[in-house]
Amino acid sequence: MHMHKYEKIWLVFGIGVLFAFLVIVGVSAFAEGQQPPSCLTTIDPEKVDQTPPFDKPGLVKTGDNEYQLNIVVHAFAFTPNQIEIPKGAKVTINVTTKDVIHGFQVPGTNINMMVEPGYINTLTHTFNKPGEYTILCNEYCGAGHHMMTGRIKVVEK
Amino acid sequence: MMGEIMKVDRRDAKLALAHIYVAFTALALGGLAGLLQTLVRSGKFNLPAGISYYTILTTHGTLLGLVLTTFFIIGFQFAAISRTAGTLSDRVRFWAWVGFWTMTIGTSTTVFYILTGQASVLYTFYAPLQAHAGFYIGLTLLVVGSWISGFATFAHYARWKKQHPGQASPLLTFMSVTNMVLWLVSTLGVAATVLFQLLPWSLGIVDKVDVLVSRTLFWYFGHPLVYFWLLPAYMVWYVAIPKIIGGKIFSDSLARLAFILFLFLSIPVGFHHQLLEPGIKPFWKFIQVFLTLMVVVPSLMTAFAMFATFEAYGRSKGATGLFGWLRKLPWGDARFFAPFIGMVFFIPAGAGGIINASHQMNQVVHNTIWVTGHFHLTVATTVVLTFFGAAYWLIPHLSGRVMTKAMNRLAIIQTVVWTIGMLFMSGSMHFAGLLGAPRRSAFSTYGNSPQALEWIPYQIAQAVGGTILFIGIILVLVIVVNLAFFAPKGETEFPVAEAAEPQERVALAMDNWKLWIGITVALILIAYTIPFVDMIQNAPPGSKGYKLW
Repeated sequence: MHMHKYEKIWLVFGIGVLFAFLVIVGVSAFAEGQQPPSCLTTIDPEKVDQTPPFDKPGLVKTGDNEYQLNIVVHAFAFTPNQIEIPKGAKVTINVTTKDVIHGFQVPGTNINMMVEPGYINTLTHTFNKPGEYTILCNEYCGAGHHMMTGRIKVVEK
Repeated sequence: MMGEIMKVDRRDAKLALAHIYVAFTALALGGLAGLLQTLVRSGKFNLPAGISYYTILTTHGTLLGLVLTTFFIIGFQFAAISRTAGTLSDRVRFWAWVGFWTMTIGTSTTVFYILTGQASVLYTFYAPLQAHAGFYIGLTLLVVGSWISGFATFAHYARWKKQHPGQASPLLTFMSVTNMVLWLVSTLGVAATVLFQLLPWSLGIVDKVDVLVSRTLFWYFGHPLVYFWLLPAYMVWYVAIPKIIGGKIFSDSLARLAFILFLFLSIPVGFHHQLLEPGIKPFWKFIQVFLTLMVVVPSLMTAFAMFATFEAYGRSKGATGLFGWLRKLPWGDARFFAPFIGMVFFIPAGAGGIINASHQMNQVVHNTIWVTGHFHLTVATTVVLTFFGAAYWLIPHLSGRVMTKAMNRLAIIQTVVWTIGMLFMSGSMHFAGLLGAPRRSAFSTYGNSPQALEWIPYQIAQAVGGTILFIGIILVLVIVVNLAFFAPKGETEFPVAEAAEPQERVALAMDNWKLWIGITVALILIAYTIPFVDMIQNAPPGSKGYKLW
């Protein structure tokens, strides 16, 4: 097929940039472990309250400056919804829902997960800046969707 | 591109116009719903009579995302194949009408259940929120009707091939066929989830639904859907715009190649909408991120072809210097100006799309109002302005009328109004999204959280933009009604450009549908088989339905 010389230059340059971009994204994902949240653990959505760790939701200390934060999500609330975390703590957040699909987002951080019935989702975050953060639901879940909220307080130890 | 038939047959024109009337009715209702949403979200306005924000949101998304687009596209494509491959046969036209009425009955059914508050599940209808069965039945009819129209298109194309052995199909017909193949292959996913999962479940025949399987089938369809919207805009850019400005198609074969690449690369990419959800291994998410970003290649080809056409035309008119050709373009012609502004908006829109589809950057913007801002640039500006620009010649062509100078001026103003409205609305959506404001939520300060209070000025800007856009909708409706019913009688051209260099041999090779569909299916199987088997084998207990509105 005939292709104009300038079009060839444009495409070689464009596709070259695209592959450079994909290599960066790939290295970041597979060499540096910057993967999006994915957890293949399943759970019975109707038995969340009886299944550990969600039978006792909240913050659990698991090591030196390491924590697990287990949160149950349902229409239209997060349990717990007032959380205090020491500054610099590395926190693994586990979430699951008892009913419909919800979102779990903490604006101002990279904490952003879909919460789907039957699955546990998980993500690890280190809270380096003290202050108050808002938790909100960013996937439509019904009439009270925009009322779902919680607070994370990051405090100096 | 032989222009053997210059005028669309009156009977085919009636068919195309019927589709366009439904499309613009959807624009009127869906646009009003959009205006109300931006007003509610400013925090200064409450909906009267206990109407729910989420009912309005469902109306807006469904009418504009699914109804306006599908009807306009199918109507436009019937006109395009009639114009370039000859008048439809009586049988094809009969089935096209069956498709039209099936879609229209489906749409009315769905809209009835939405407006009566029995289906406030948004246009994505994610289970386990459970709408009334009538909502899903209506959507099924909408899709089935579009399939009937798709097969009518293929039958017309097959007849042309039979009558013209050894010739490449007309470019616009080829493009329409490609878009309908893309549509049929991708709607199989949404049909599967609605027919086998959501409908039996909403009717109470089964009591549980597998949410992840349903979402995956939805997004298998949900991304090619946006290319189904975009490709007709590309048809206008590649074929009509060069004729309108007085130039030629840069390369017939490369235009066809771009369309085939879109067919290959737009379907096996749905996981990039599911990057933040559990149940899918990150490796498979990455594969689909990779395939998604390959769509950049045909987009680059299209960008080159467009600007090469403009520059070649400008230089043929004696333009000098690097950008002198820009001055030679017909800025006063709304048929050119509206789609051109659409093209310009596609540059930031495409860049935003790369961010959304990226494995890690998506984390920052996922489900924030940034995403809403993004598709108001792509669909609601690039595609819709191009459709408006096409309507300015398509409707008078079909109705046997002409666009007056006054209407052309109004159309130029309309485009400017749309541009300003969208800069306000989409711009503030992008900024608020970067600050974390969620999409698809009614007004909320999240218990006066300082972060949420930061978003409110942007939400007020969105309402300003939404109001300006609504004025734009009123203007376009005035023009459309004028062109359809009141403009002076006369002949308007359906612009179809010729290729700069006819490349019959290469173009003919592009009609190899067995190969193209084979490659498409292979790519889909590679991208989906293993994760899909995984989802079914490791499925959690299903979910019962919830009606939480």
